[in-house]
Amino acid sequence: MTDTAFTVGTGCPSGLEPPAASAAGDLSAFVRTKGGVSSLNLSVRGAKCGGCLSKIEAALQALPGVEQVRMNLSNGKLRVAWRGPDLANSVAECLTQLGYGVAAFSEDDTAKARKSEERQLLVAMGVAAFALANIMLLSVSVWGGHGEMGLQTRKALHAISGLIAFPVLIFSGRHFFQSAWAALKHGHANMDVPISLALILAFGVSVWETASGGEHAYFDASVMLLFFLLIGRFLDARLRRQAHAAAHDLAALQNRSVTRRSVTGTLETVRAEDVHRGDTIILAAGERAVIDMKISTGISSVDESLVTGESLPRTVQRGETIYAGTINLDQPMTGEALGEATDSLLSEIAGMLEAGEQNRARYRKIADRAVSLYVPFVHTTAALTLVAWLMLGASPREAILVAVATLIITCPCALALAAPVAQVVASGNLFKRGIFLRSGDALERLAEVDHIVFDKTGTLTLGTPRLVSHHGEELARAACLARASRHPLSRAIVEAAGPGELADQIEETPGLGVEGWIDEQRYRLGSAEWVGAERAREADGPTLWFASDQGDPIQFDFEDQLQADAAAALEGFEHTNVPVEILSGDTERAVSRVADQLSITTWRAKVSPQGKVDRLTTLRNQGKKVLMVGDGLNDAGALALAHASLAPGGAMDVSQSASDAVYSGGLSAISSVLAVAKRTRGVMLQNFGLAAAYNLIAVPIAVTGHVTPLIAAIAMSASSLIVTLNALRINQGGTQ
Amino acid sequence: MTIIVYLIPVALGLGLLGLIAFLWSVNSGQYEDLDGAAHRILIDDDNPL
Repeated sequence: MTDTAFTVGTGCPSGLEPPAASAAGDLSAFVRTKGGVSSLNLSVRGAKCGGCLSKIEAALQALPGVEQVRMNLSNGKLRVAWRGPDLANSVAECLTQLGYGVAAFSEDDTAKARKSEERQLLVAMGVAAFALANIMLLSVSVWGGHGEMGLQTRKALHAISGLIAFPVLIFSGRHFFQSAWAALKHGHANMDVPISLALILAFGVSVWETASGGEHAYFDASVMLLFFLLIGRFLDARLRRQAHAAAHDLAALQNRSVTRRSVTGTLETVRAEDVHRGDTIILAAGERAVIDMKISTGISSVDESLVTGESLPRTVQRGETIYAGTINLDQPMTGEALGEATDSLLSEIAGMLEAGEQNRARYRKIADRAVSLYVPFVHTTAALTLVAWLMLGASPREAILVAVATLIITCPCALALAAPVAQVVASGNLFKRGIFLRSGDALERLAEVDHIVFDKTGTLTLGTPRLVSHHGEELARAACLARASRHPLSRAIVEAAGPGELADQIEETPGLGVEGWIDEQRYRLGSAEWVGAERAREADGPTLWFASDQGDPIQFDFEDQLQADAAAALEGFEHTNVPVEILSGDTERAVSRVADQLSITTWRAKVSPQGKVDRLTTLRNQGKKVLMVGDGLNDAGALALAHASLAPGGAMDVSQSASDAVYSGGLSAISSVLAVAKRTRGVMLQNFGLAAAYNLIAVPIAVTGHVTPLIAAIAMSASSLIVTLNALRINQGGTQ
Repeated sequence: MTIIVYLIPVALGLGLLGLIAFLWSVNSGQYEDLDGAAHRILIDDDNPL
């Protein structure tokens, strides 16, 4: 980088976000070249303000050959286009130096489909708004000229309104008609059936009235109905797209590129999706496996904490299988790629996910329950109105007009807006706190939680060991050896010792330790047997031994550190009387230590993935609404089965997609999610209450035949506005 | 009252103009980055016209 102005501080200059660590692998596999111009779409983490925007764009513009840089601040997407040699990795490096996390981003088909759906709804809404404004213009003159306007003029104004309304109803209303038709064909009735019916009847009656020179035409009402309903539909689509994009982004932040040995023996970087079964994969030291592989050469220790929950590394060698999510610690390994779900563990987890999802699909949303009460009520009322008026001796024309007016005024504008508006406001609120919702109805389930189950490694704890015993001078020497190793315990020693020198002639033996020379003396750092220590002191966590040829071995103790805010967060749950328990795949000793520190009385250690699912099933059968919080592959089944689930940002992608929301930045996020979910649920229920209250007032007016198009217009817009304003209250209170 | 024969088409035409502008803004991606636009205005232009 040439420009010194940009090296002053890293990360967001406003201090809204700390500098983010980058998880990018080789990005060149994601470059697309077309007509000499190469482009790369990246997802950038940590950019929050205008300063970030100019910092990023200016720095990248300064790279040789770059033609276009455009950063989207709303969704953190960055598009870079350049001519000439491959810049992918220098772009990534530049962003990393600036203090932003970066990952390759490729839009999947679902995202594209959602985007086009959202755009169609937006256009439909715009067209409806245009029609509404113009018809209203004409309607106001009809209402204003009541009693004075001549029949011919009124007829003409109604006819023009009808001419505007007809194409708009077909164009903008097709979303409802199609959905209603599809539901009717399968013998169901959804919300769109009464909507379509009201739209069509309102239009039909108005045409009839216009032709016969009647006083009231409901063209304005039907288009207004359409407009408000489309707002609700649009917000819903936008929310779903954002939730999908957030989930997709989080998955993209994990390295998805793989080093493959091609047939000719050369190494190439390819995307994980492009790897076929049987390909030869190279897993470098420090790299995280993104696909399952069977090791063919090499021996190394691996960190499987994301797969099994076990916090201590394991030594693997030829013939063994490692799963996606495993981190290779010491030596490069070669392996053969395995197909999907070929192995018992993965197919077992896939089965659990499926079972969990089926279970979740059975959950009935509040909105659906409201609709199922509402639809029969409205149709019965309209039908009874028709019959009653006929029996009281009204003319069929009059009776039909009153019945249709009833149908129009009770049509669910407020009902259609009640849930989506609240969900959009809540998800925006959570997004600002670094919490990404994966679905709107997740909030409803989160609000009902009365029991919390935590995974330990990586959720309650940081998942990385920290040195707890101190040895001063010996520590500095041990660090000289440890600096050469990627083993988490070595890393912990280096972190405690700080920067320093490296020993000579370092040799690392996977699964045993590191050996090297300092001041003409040979030192070893590793397991007790390998170093030659006999008296192993009792320790709570993992240990490491360090000794010279002559001296006595020294023991280093480590522990998996708790998340900084774990104690405070759990105390909060205690206050709200929500029972908490731990389900971990780790050893009994490690789990009991964490449980003691957090004063959690219920815990289980050495739990298999199936064990976690079983425990959750038991709790469910006891009628508990369980919130599962976990990050590993071994938690995925439990996450999918739980009533609601959360995963931290560093979780496996399988676990993220099995959970309802993904949070970043500590366990305190959990209590904010629950608080916002409760508030949202409250507001949604209020909104449905308001919609019901509206109907209580509107129905008697309609049934008695006092609804004019003017009253319908005022009632519909007022109820929609009240519901929307009420939803904005979610942002009040509890914000930090 | 014959004036409305002209006024109504004029009103419709103006509305249509607004609709076309809206469709153009949707299709040219102006709703893609609402936060960024708010911040971009604050960025100093090093090469003023």
